[in-house]
Amino acid sequence: MSIDYSQKIPNNVHLNDNKTLQRALEHWQPEFINWWKDMGPDGSQNFDVYLRTAVSVDPSGWAHFDYVKMPDYRWGIFLNPAEADRKVNFGAHKGEAAWQEVPGEYRSNLRRLIVTQGDTEPASVEQQRHLGLTCPSLYDMRNLFQVNVEEGRHLWAMVYLLHAYFGRDGREEAEALLERRSGDADNPRILGAFNERTPDWLSFFMFTYFTDRDGKYQLCSLAESGFDPLARTCKFMLTEEAHHMFVGESGVGRVIQRTCDVMNQLKTDDVAKIRAAGVIDLPTIQRYLNFHFSVTMDLFGADVSSNAATFYTTGLKGRYEETKQTDDHLLNDASYGVLEVDDGKLVTIQAPYLNAINEKLRDDYVVDAKAGIERWNKIIQKAGIPFTLSAPHKAFNRKIGPLSAARISPTGQVVSEGEWTHQHLHWLPSAEDRAFVASLMGRVAEPGKFANWIAPPARGINNQPVDFAYVRFN
Amino acid sequence: MTAAPATILRQHLIDPEICIRCNTCEETCPVDAISHDSRNYVIDAAKCKLCYNCISPCPTGAIDSWRNMPADRAYPIAEQLLWDSLPGQIALDQGGTAGAGTEVGAGNTAGETPEDVAQIAAASTAGQGGTAPPPWSAAHPYVNLYGIHQPAVATVSGNFRLTAEDASSDIRHIVLDFGNASFPVLEGQTIGILPPGLDANGKPHHVRLYSVASPREGERPKYNNLSLTVKRVTEDHEGKAAHGIGSNYLCDLKKGDKVNVVGPYGTSFLMPNHPGSHLLMICTGTGSAPMRAMTERRRRKFSSGESLGKQMLFFGARSSGELPYFGPLTKLPKEFIDINFGFSRVPGEPKRYVQDLLRERGEDVARLLKDENTYVYICGLKGMEKGVEEAFTALCQANGLDWNGLRPQMLQQGRYHVETY
Repeated sequence: MSIDYSQKIPNNVHLNDNKTLQRALEHWQPEFINWWKDMGPDGSQNFDVYLRTAVSVDPSGWAHFDYVKMPDYRWGIFLNPAEADRKVNFGAHKGEAAWQEVPGEYRSNLRRLIVTQGDTEPASVEQQRHLGLTCPSLYDMRNLFQVNVEEGRHLWAMVYLLHAYFGRDGREEAEALLERRSGDADNPRILGAFNERTPDWLSFFMFTYFTDRDGKYQLCSLAESGFDPLARTCKFMLTEEAHHMFVGESGVGRVIQRTCDVMNQLKTDDVAKIRAAGVIDLPTIQRYLNFHFSVTMDLFGADVSSNAATFYTTGLKGRYEETKQTDDHLLNDASYGVLEVDDGKLVTIQAPYLNAINEKLRDDYVVDAKAGIERWNKIIQKAGIPFTLSAPHKAFNRKIGPLSAARISPTGQVVSEGEWTHQHLHWLPSAEDRAFVASLMGRVAEPGKFANWIAPPARGINNQPVDFAYVRFN
Repeated sequence: MTAAPATILRQHLIDPEICIRCNTCEETCPVDAISHDSRNYVIDAAKCKLCYNCISPCPTGAIDSWRNMPADRAYPIAEQLLWDSLPGQIALDQGGTAGAGTEVGAGNTAGETPEDVAQIAAASTAGQGGTAPPPWSAAHPYVNLYGIHQPAVATVSGNFRLTAEDASSDIRHIVLDFGNASFPVLEGQTIGILPPGLDANGKPHHVRLYSVASPREGERPKYNNLSLTVKRVTEDHEGKAAHGIGSNYLCDLKKGDKVNVVGPYGTSFLMPNHPGSHLLMICTGTGSAPMRAMTERRRRKFSSGESLGKQMLFFGARSSGELPYFGPLTKLPKEFIDINFGFSRVPGEPKRYVQDLLRERGEDVARLLKDENTYVYICGLKGMEKGVEEAFTALCQANGLDWNGLRPQMLQQGRYHVETY
């Protein structure tokens, strides 16, 4: 399944054989490039960036590294190889052959799923477009740009599906994907978290850790879809998505490492002294964590959702690792625990499993997200500092679903409006916290040099040394 | 060079400090060797086939972690699941079973020397105290052009028996053609052969290293080929029956067969190129391969009338019938090369080893050693090292030289090279 780079649009889907589709995508391509130039990384279009590009989708070929100017990055269309005799593995169509075309009756739901996923990709590029100006090192700048071009690639993946399978509606949706803008009051991105700003690098690392991990779980459940082209597209996107979570996990880890080093040098846990030394104190890191975790919780949607049930029953979107679940994959009679506020307390009630599919995915995500937080805690433990980071309760600071009506503390206690007002600055980053973090941001662009608030990584990219010139300015 | 039975396992592991649990490796693994719990991702050594499919998709590099372990002491999954960090490399000589042989654990990409190739290099040059610098006038060698992930594929264009039909050993001259693939080698370098199939544990066989026996411009000049001198291994060092995987594979190859080749390796055991440089070569058995390469390089120059330094060769074998290249060697002009054969198993004659020959020619050898343009090469079985050293000490003493002072000086100047196995 090697990729045909001789084409205007690199692809492994034999685009050459479908002239109509090829022309439609070639028409969209310059619009994408214009969008990239307008809304992609600010002031960096002429840099040579040491980027990874897929040259084929098999394991040996998709991690090819070389310098490239970002607008010349070969965005294209790559699907995982087809699985012979793949079946629909859940819902009412379980056991039928997977669909190679969109079933007419599910057309609008499927389009909605693809548009919602696709919309997040350009959104995050827009959110992150100014970060290159304040990068803490060339290494980090390169990682940022890698994330950005791959989000662009993921947009291509979704646009291909829209163009190839949804006719005129699909083409219009593809254009709208380039017209919405993150944070725009009149024409915002679809999901809330993608209209938040990513103002500093701690936010960026938290975003790539928590929010891109939501992306992983969404892609995993779409990779189970009975609509085979969607499943194959998402499978390949997952391989790229892993890099984004790596940037987040290692980024936050390095911030923590640096803070611990300075705390040990100064022998202090006094926040004022730690901040005066130019590093980010652990309580502030915890507040950023709380914010990004809770914002991401909302991305999974309402706790009880009839839409989710429909998507599942109709075979469009499965659960995380659907085929590894040992139940009947129909879930008609099963139930699943969801949270509710009852008499001033959070209680778990049993809801029909089909309606609680979002909650199941959210719970799977929480397990994974917590494991990474534990790895951050190991850095702190190793430094001998008595502090533990923790994930807030999944009901904390929710803006979507029935839990959004209540005020819930990070430990899962229902609190009064008064207490929330009194306490929330201990739980979420204050304007002052954000201003302090912003004050640390300044561009470090010399190979091997790192900003004071972050430790160097343990390894370079692609076995290159840490002081490699990951970005060359022209 | 030939291989001893496998004892070292190059165990594939995941660094829990760097791994971010993205699941890409588990997803990629074609044999389900990778699994995880809520703490770590781990690799089952009994299942992993070293296909390397998981390496490049890993975003962190955590997957590219290796430890050399005695095969019977590989880290089990249960232990890996408890790790907070990777254990250090254990000292293999404490591992009990891991004596350094010529066995190579696989696992690298082009551009890096596999750890175990380095280990063999260390073992084979231990006699001189580690690798020495190359001669100052040596050509620049290419190394590590092909790794185990992407070996070069050569075609067998010839396989000839060198030893007499009635000789006890089957030594073969094997010619490999690289077609359009670039595989530049210098005299004295080695290449790795990947025997096909799996070993008793279901793993791909380890790499086998062989010295190149042809000069840089090819076994046949202007052809993209090279030759190897391979002895079919039917017994181990103690004389017990043993089936050498690599050597039997190579000796049985037919013309037209395809062979996976990695390397080249070696940056030290190289010949000088400056006019007036002398070669003093001492070898036994298939240790003649690099000497044949160097001699052949010079013979071709000699034929074209180029003025050269002296060539002196000491070559030991059981009998003339067991001596690879005996016929062609005897036909070389005396003014080109000074050849001394020593046979240890000729009925009715006393045993003569290379060290005996060195002593006999002590005066001439000493004259060469006194010349700063002399380069010494020793290659063959490990057992020959001691005798050769003793002979050098004695002949130096007899001719007003101090071997203990000269040897380190020659080593430092890249003029003394030992490769034994």
